[in-house]
Formats: sequence, C-alpha cells, structure tokens
Amino acid sequence: MIKVTMTVNGKLYTREIPPMMRLLDFIRDELKLKGTKEGCGEGECGACTVIIDGDIYNSCMVLATSCEGKRITTIEGISGAELHPIQEAFLEVNAVQCGYCTPGMILSAKALLDKNINATEKEMKEAISGNLCRCTGYQKIIEAVKLAQKKLKKR
Amino acid sequence: MFSIKKIYQPITLAEALEIYTSNPQLKIIAGGTDVLISLHHGKLDDVELLSIKNLTELTGINYLTDGTIEIGTMTTFTEIFRNEIINKYIPILAEASVSMGGPQIRNNATIGGNICNGAVSADSAPTLFVLNADLRIVNNEGVRIVPITEFYAGPGKVKLQSGEILTHIIIKKADYKGMYGKYIKFSNRKAMDIAMLSVATLGKVKNNKFTDLRIALGVSAPTPIRCTKAESFAFNKTIKEELIKQISEKTLLNANPRHSWRGSKVYREHLIQVLTERALKEIITMSGGKWHE
Ligand SMILES: Cc1cc2nc3c(=O)[nH]c(=O)nc-3n(C[C@H](O)[C@H](O)[C@H](O)COP(=O)(O)OP(=O)(O)OC[C@H]3O[C@@H](n4cnc5c(N)ncnc54)[C@H](O)[C@@H]3O)c2cc1C
Ligand code: FES
Ligand code: FES
Repeated sequence: MIKVTMTVNGKLYTREIPPMMRLLDFIRDELKLKGTKEGCGEGECGACTVIIDGDIYNSCMVLATSCEGKRITTIEGISGAELHPIQEAFLEVNAVQCGYCTPGMILSAKALLDKNINATEKEMKEAISGNLCRCTGYQKIIEAVKLAQKKLKKR
Repeated sequence: MFSIKKIYQPITLAEALEIYTSNPQLKIIAGGTDVLISLHHGKLDDVELLSIKNLTELTGINYLTDGTIEIGTMTTFTEIFRNEIINKYIPILAEASVSMGGPQIRNNATIGGNICNGAVSADSAPTLFVLNADLRIVNNEGVRIVPITEFYAGPGKVKLQSGEILTHIIIKKADYKGMYGKYIKFSNRKAMDIAMLSVATLGKVKNNKFTDLRIALGVSAPTPIRCTKAESFAFNKTIKEELIKQISEKTLLNANPRHSWRGSKVYREHLIQVLTERALKEIITMSGGKWHE
C-alpha cells in the first residue's frame, strides 16, 4: 500500500492505496464519486476525463499513486448550489441523450474555456476530439459549448 | 485495476538508476499510455514498475548556445507542440506531435515513451529520423549516444538494455538550419487513430536543386526507416515534376510495407508514393523552389 494525498474538488484526501489503482478507481470506488464514467478503459473514449492541474486526462490512463499533490476536478466539482453555465448550456440545447459521455465532454469544454474564453469553433472541436459520443452526432455538443461560451462571457 | 505488484517513484535520475540497477526486472513507466494498455490487455502480469514521472531532469526543452536542441524524454506531446523553440526551429516536430492521439492522450504521452515503445506507427519517429536525432541513454555507469536511426530493432523492439534510461533527444543545428520539413500522417480517422502510413520529409533547396533531402517513413517496414536510395538519387538534381515522381518511386526501394486490416500492402505502397510527392511539393514551395515551368 502507498500513501497518497491529493485535492479532489477542493477537498484534501489522504488514502492508503494499492499501486495498481487507477485514478478512475480512486475517484469512483474510494471517494464514491460516480460522475466519472468508465467506457473503454483504454484511453480511447474520454468518458473518464478529469481535469488535473488545469489539463484534461483520461483517468483510466493515470495511476492514482502518481497524483500526489495534484488538484483534481471531476464533474461533481464544477457546480455549487447552481449548475455550471456549461451544464446549463448542455441541458438547454439538448446536447445530452444517454448522458454517458456528458461529464467528460463538459470537463473537456471547461478546460478549454478556462484557458481561452474566445475559443473558435475549430478549437472547440479539437478540444472534444478525445471524447466519443455514440448518441448525439456532436453537433448539439458544439452548439452547447458555444452557448456556454456566451454565458461565461456575460458573467 | 491492473496487475501491478509494486511501484517505485524516485525523484532524481541518480536514485532511479540506482533502483533500476539493483532491480533489473523493473518495467519503466513514463506517461503510461502504452504500459497501462499492455496491463489492461493482460500482456504484463504482476509487474513491478519504475515510474520516471517525477524526474524533473527529464522534462523540458533547451536551446543550447551552439544551437543544439535538447528535448527531455518526459516532455509531453502537448508541451512539444506548444513550445516556442520547437515551433521556431523545428516546426515539423510540432506538426507530428499534434497529429498524435487526442488532447487527453497528448497531455499524458511522452516523446520518450513514444520512441522506447518501438511502434512502427509512432508519430514522432519519422520526423526524428529525418532530423538525424541522437538519443542520450544513461545507466549507472555512464552515458551513450545513439542515432535514432540505429535504435530500432524490430516491431515493438528497441536497443535498450535493462538498467538504461533514455534521458534526452538531441537535435543538432546543422540538421535543421535552412531546412524545411513536412510530416503527413495518413489514418482513417483524424483524431484518436494511429497512422496507416506516415511520411516525413526534410530538405534544403538551392538554385532549385536539393542540396540535402531526407525522407523517412512510418508503418512501411518492420521499423521506421529512412529512404536512403531516394535521398541520394535526389541530391543536386534540378527539381521538376518528373524528378518528384522519380524520387517518390525510389522510396519503395527501402520500404517493405505489410498487409494488415488497417491497409493492404499494395495500398500502402501507393500511399508511400502519393504522400511523398505531396510532402516534397510542400517543402519545395516552402524553400522557394518550383517544380512546374
Ligand atoms: C487512445 C490512444 C491513442 C494513441 N494514439 C497514438 C497516436 O496517434 N500516435 C502514436 O504515435 N501513439 C499513439 N498512442 C500510443 C502512446 O500514447 C504513445 O506511444 C506515447 O508516446 C507513449 O508515451 P508514454 O509516456 O505514455 O509511454 P509509457 O507507456 O509510459 O512507456 C512506453 C514504453 O517505453 C518505455 N519507456 C518510456 N520512457 C522511457 C525512458 N525514458 N527510457 C526508457 N524506457 C522508457 C516503457 O518501459 C514502455 O515500454 C496512443 C495510445 C492510446 C492509449
Ligand atoms: S474509459 Fe478512459 S478513455 Fe475510455
Ligand atoms: S449522449 Fe450518449 S454517448 Fe454522448
């Protein structure tokens, strides 16, 4: 067992974990945060996307032990009493069907807009190119990211 | 979860080499995007890992006073394609870096892991081949420098001994100064797909003649290769449409692509010629040369 300390959604956690634990398992099984999804388990689909120190990663491709001292944001961490503007936008334009890809999509969009609020459509497409959606056809998702951009600019 | 028995996470290179020398069975893990896939597929069992993630000596890109560019092997593809030094002096490497994986993978995957994994489709390989990149490899006893063109041993195999860590990729000024490069990755899907075929070209044009031309291919032989025959054929010949065709045909003299579900041998041979032509035309235009009357 290895001791690891990391901040998840603003809260500091210290746990003793086995070396084989993925960040995905740490989040879902240790912290019981079930918003982060496992799709493929091999880096292809982006359903397990989380933000680590400002950048997106597939949490199935990261060992939890390597996250010592890191700041992690999962889908549960982006909203308070109210939904985050990106979440609102996804609801308003119906960018969600089965919803399995949605947490990852929203986090990829958030990492982009946090860094570059003036992102172009091309940059938006690029930002979600590591997130697969088998329902929507992506059009609505891009519309949602654009609407979110408008909302965030107004804030 | 994976089948990992133990993980060492040293914070200095010296410490890592010490641990590796006394535990030669260890498997190095960098970003983990290849290693964790092997674990996921059950190809590695009860493995003991040596993580080199915390070795700050292996990160970053330096421009030395003599113009040599040194890339730490733990540098990620995102860091490379955004880096100012790379974009200014060797933009072809930025082009290759942004072509790999998707954003999440590029944030995680390192250039050192890409090389050491030995894949014929590795997106950094053709570009590093045309740049004549040297690899700095260290073990507990010292350092050796190996040209990347001599580093590959076969599909998924590189010439690294147990106890050795690849620390830097070195690109000398003479290998990029005045040169223009183009990398073309051909794949079924634009993002998140590995190459069916890839071509890197790097050249210098003077008086509309190639005074230096280098062509490398990925997924065209059991390892990435240089097309030495096409290169020497091209040397000092006046650039014309016909010459470009001939050079592209001659790339096949070094290539030996295989048939796979991703693409047949014949299709790959066709791609090699078409993509080489395309890449050559781009670098000729960039260098101010022309191939039409
Ligand atoms: C979804 C997905 C998409 C991908 N798409 C692409 C793509 O488009 N193009 C492409 O080229 N690759 C692709 N890959 C493969 C992979 O991401 C790359 O090869 C990556 O660069 C590997 O780097 P890493 O740091 O993750 O390596 P690791 O997985 O950590 O290591 C890879 C190998 O190198 C060894 N190693 C690593 N660093 C060193 C070192 N410094 N010294 C000695 N040995 C070392 C390890 O022991 C291991 O054998 C993809 C992978 C996934 C999961
Ligand atoms: S579950 Fe991690 S990328 Fe698919
Ligand atoms: S909404 Fe179903 S996968 Fe995207």
